[in-house]
Amino acid sequence: MLHATLLGFALSALWWLLSGFTTPLILSLGAGSIVAVVWIAWRMDVIDHESHPLHMAPKGVLYFPWLLWEIVKANIDIAKVIVQAKMPIHPQVMDLTAGQKSDAGLVTYANSITLTPGTVTIGVEANAFLVHALTDDAAAGLASGDMDRRVSAMEGMSSRDGDG
Amino acid sequence: MALALDILSWAAIITGGAFCIIGAVGMIRLPDVFCRMHGVGIIDTMGIGMIILGLALQTGFNLTLAKLAMILIFVLFTSPTATHALARAARYGGVEPQLDKPAKKETDQSNT
Amino acid sequence: MFATAAAAVLISMLLALIRAVRGPTVYDRILAVNAFGTLTVILIAVHGYLDGRPEFLDLALVYALINFIGTIAVTKYVSLSHLGLPTKDDDGGDI
Repeated sequence: MLHATLLGFALSALWWLLSGFTTPLILSLGAGSIVAVVWIAWRMDVIDHESHPLHMAPKGVLYFPWLLWEIVKANIDIAKVIVQAKMPIHPQVMDLTAGQKSDAGLVTYANSITLTPGTVTIGVEANAFLVHALTDDAAAGLASGDMDRRVSAMEGMSSRDGDG
Repeated sequence: MALALDILSWAAIITGGAFCIIGAVGMIRLPDVFCRMHGVGIIDTMGIGMIILGLALQTGFNLTLAKLAMILIFVLFTSPTATHALARAARYGGVEPQLDKPAKKETDQSNT
Repeated sequence: MFATAAAAVLISMLLALIRAVRGPTVYDRILAVNAFGTLTVILIAVHGYLDGRPEFLDLALVYALINFIGTIAVTKYVSLSHLGLPTKDDDGGDI
């Protein structure tokens, strides 16, 4: 129920940001469509802790700025590699073991790897990732496990704590 | 104040445009499809991020700013998913990455 | 300022198109079209500012949605030859 209410609030914010209307008729139409969407989502049984990973929110505030900074650094490294005439790349494939327990944590980790230029997750099986790295530096940075630890810390609690 | 914002905006837009072009050049120069994904990754993060930052600095605090932020967040959330789906499809379709060194521990090739 | 951004994006789009035409595999082409779509999102947003009409951002948002769905759909279609549902012996069904 908590998740459904939050979904309703989030949809209301999104609706108002996209439309910007304040006339009563349009607002009531918007409210009607939000209720319909929440009802359909509830019937589809997709409202749970996995689609709304609330337990990640407090630590996520710390994680995402760090991720953004990592992305900027990696971007500059890879851009330097690409513009050099010799293009010193060492494409390689490495295996990683992810330490996250919940699916949402694993998805966050895999997407963070892909979002950082220089490393792309090309295969996932349970918690074993297959990662394609463009340079030795990118591979070494990932193999140090810093990102893994941070995502695990953000995940915090395991998937059992979700309520309906 | 307005001048400072203009300068920052110029800097962000030029950086973003440069990263877009570098990413696209990478897409031309890099040797195989898995390497080219890194080039697309540059466009999808730094290119769009810096250009949207530059546009945001030219906007006041209003709904337009929220829309810009939504575009950026949406692209940042979806582009890794699309890249991963494509990488999976490429491996499923029999494209093997060109490697400089052999994989440290070879996983099974049975299309995970 | 906005014209500079538009020019940079157009150059990148041209390079992406070259990759899309040259291939060599179908996955290179999908990748190039995906990047082209992202650049189109930027171009639409920049065009809104160039024209003094920020309403264009709505179009950019919708284009970002369509680009994502389109890439996933084409990827599935190429790898499975159908958009299909996962079946028992179809290993790639849940891409």
